[in-house]
Amino acid sequence: MSKIIFIDHSGTRREVPGVDGESLMEAAVGNGVPGIDADCGGSCACATCHVTILEPWLSKLTPVGKDERAMLEAVSDPEPSSRLACQIRYSAALDGIEVRTPVSQH
Amino acid sequence: MNAVMAASPQTHDPAHDVPLDQIDVSNPELWASDSFWPYFARLRREDPVHYCAKSLFGPYWSVTKYKDIMEVETHPEIFSSEFRYGGITIFETNKVAFLPMFIAMDPPIHDEKRKVVQPIVAPDNLMRMEALIRSRTAAALDQLPVGETFDWVQRVSINLTTQMLATLFDFPFEDRDKLPFWSDLATTIPGPGGIVETEEERMRLLGECAQYFGRLWVERIQAPPKTDLLSMMAHDPRTRSMTPEEFLGNLMLLIVGGNDTTRNSMTGGLIALHQNPAEYAKLCANPAIIGSSMISEIIRWQTPLAHMRRTAVVDAELGGKTIKAGDKVIMWYVSGNRDPESIDQPDRFIADRARARQHLSFGFGVHRCVGNRLAELQLKILWEELLQRWPRPGQIEVMGEPRRVASPFVKGYESLPVRIHR
Repeated sequence: MSKIIFIDHSGTRREVPGVDGESLMEAAVGNGVPGIDADCGGSCACATCHVTILEPWLSKLTPVGKDERAMLEAVSDPEPSSRLACQIRYSAALDGIEVRTPVSQH
Repeated sequence: MNAVMAASPQTHDPAHDVPLDQIDVSNPELWASDSFWPYFARLRREDPVHYCAKSLFGPYWSVTKYKDIMEVETHPEIFSSEFRYGGITIFETNKVAFLPMFIAMDPPIHDEKRKVVQPIVAPDNLMRMEALIRSRTAAALDQLPVGETFDWVQRVSINLTTQMLATLFDFPFEDRDKLPFWSDLATTIPGPGGIVETEEERMRLLGECAQYFGRLWVERIQAPPKTDLLSMMAHDPRTRSMTPEEFLGNLMLLIVGGNDTTRNSMTGGLIALHQNPAEYAKLCANPAIIGSSMISEIIRWQTPLAHMRRTAVVDAELGGKTIKAGDKVIMWYVSGNRDPESIDQPDRFIADRARARQHLSFGFGVHRCVGNRLAELQLKILWEELLQRWPRPGQIEVMGEPRRVASPFVKGYESLPVRIHR
C-alpha cells in the first residue's frame, strides 16, 4: 500500500495512506495527524501546514511556487527543506515520503 | 438582559427594504448600535461584491463572502496594501492611514520589514513569556472586586493588554497608560465629543507619541541589542534608518495591532458566553476546550477588526463584478466570518466548534497577523485563570449592555458592566 510517513518533533512516526492527487496537508488532516493546522484550508495563505522534507524526497517534488515562497517567508523557523504541505500533491513517485512536522505552527 | 444584546444577529431585518445601492455598511452609527448584521446578511445573499458610491469615507467596494475575501487576500499584486493608496483601512482623511508602515506595503519590501519584528512572537519567545503573562493575569484578577459591578473593559481587557504591550516595547511601566490612549487616538474618527475633534489635534498628540518613542529609540540604539520590539528595529539594518513618518507608522501598527484587537476579544468572549449559557456550562464542565477551540471561536465570533482594505492596482473581476484600478476594496472579515457557505452555523457561538481555527479574523496571505499566536496565548491564559477562580457557569455575569466603539474598523467595546458572584 502506498504511504506517507509523518514524523513529529519528538520523533514519533505516523503512517497514513497516500492518495493520488491529494495534498500532504489533506492526508494529515484527514487522518488525524497532529502538528498540521491548515487554518486556510489549503489556499497557500497561512503557512500553518509548514513541514520539512528530507532527501531523497525533497528533490522529487515540484519546485516551490511564488505564492508558497511568499508564505514560507512568514514561518518562524524556515529551513532549506521547508515546504507547505498543502502545495504538495501525492503521487506514486512519493510512496514512502518522510515529512517532518515542527514543534508548533505559526 | 435587554433586547439588543439578546437578539441574535439575523432575527430582525430592518435592512430588508433599503434599495441595495443605498446600503452603506461603513456608517459608524451601525457599529455603535451593533445593527450592521442584517445588512451584511442581505449583501451576502443578494450582492456579495457590492459597490457603495457614497459614504463618510468615499466610494468603496464591499467584499462580504469568505471565499471572495480569500481571493483578495491571496492576490496582493492586484489588491495592494500600499500606504500611498490609503493603506489598509477604509479611512480617507485619517493621516495615520497614509503613514508608511510594513502592513501597508506590498511584497517584497513588506516581507523584509515584517521579518524584523517576527522573532518576538516566535514559539520559543512565547514560551518564555507565558509565565510572565500568567502571573500578571493572576495579579489583575486577584484585584477584581467580588459581589459588586465593575467595568470589565478597564479592569481586565485594557489592563492586561496594556501590560503586554509595555513588555513587548520594554516601555516604562509607570507610563504605560499612554499606550492605549495612543492606540485609540490612531483609529478614532475625530468629531465633537470624541477623543479628538480634528485631524490636526490627532496628529499633534501623536507627535508626542513619536517624541516619547524617539527618546526610547536613542537609548536602545546606544545600548546592546535586546529582545524588545524597539531594540530589534533599532539594531536591524532593514529598519534602523526609518524616516520619522515610517517610525510613527510602524509604532501605530504595533500599538494598535497589539492592543485594540486582543482587548476587544477579551471583552467579546465574556459577552459571547453570557449570551450562550449552554456554552458557558460546556466550558466549565470541560476547561480543556479553552485551548483546543474556544479561543479561536471567540476570535471568530468577535472579529475585533471588522475589515481590512486593499486598493485595486489593475482592473479585476471579483464575484462577477469589475473592480476598476484605483478602487477601494473593503474585505469585511466580520461578514466572511458569518458566511454560511464557509462556516457551519456561523451565527452560533460554539465553544467546542470543529475546525475553529478556520476564520478570517487574522487575515490570510502575506499580511496574516504576525501576533496571532501571542493573542491566542493571552486569551487562553485569561480564561484558564478566570475558571481557576470562578469555576461555575454564569459566575461572571454581564450586568448590562456594553458601550460599543462607533467605528467600522475597530469592532470593540468602550465599557462593559460585569459582576463576579461569590
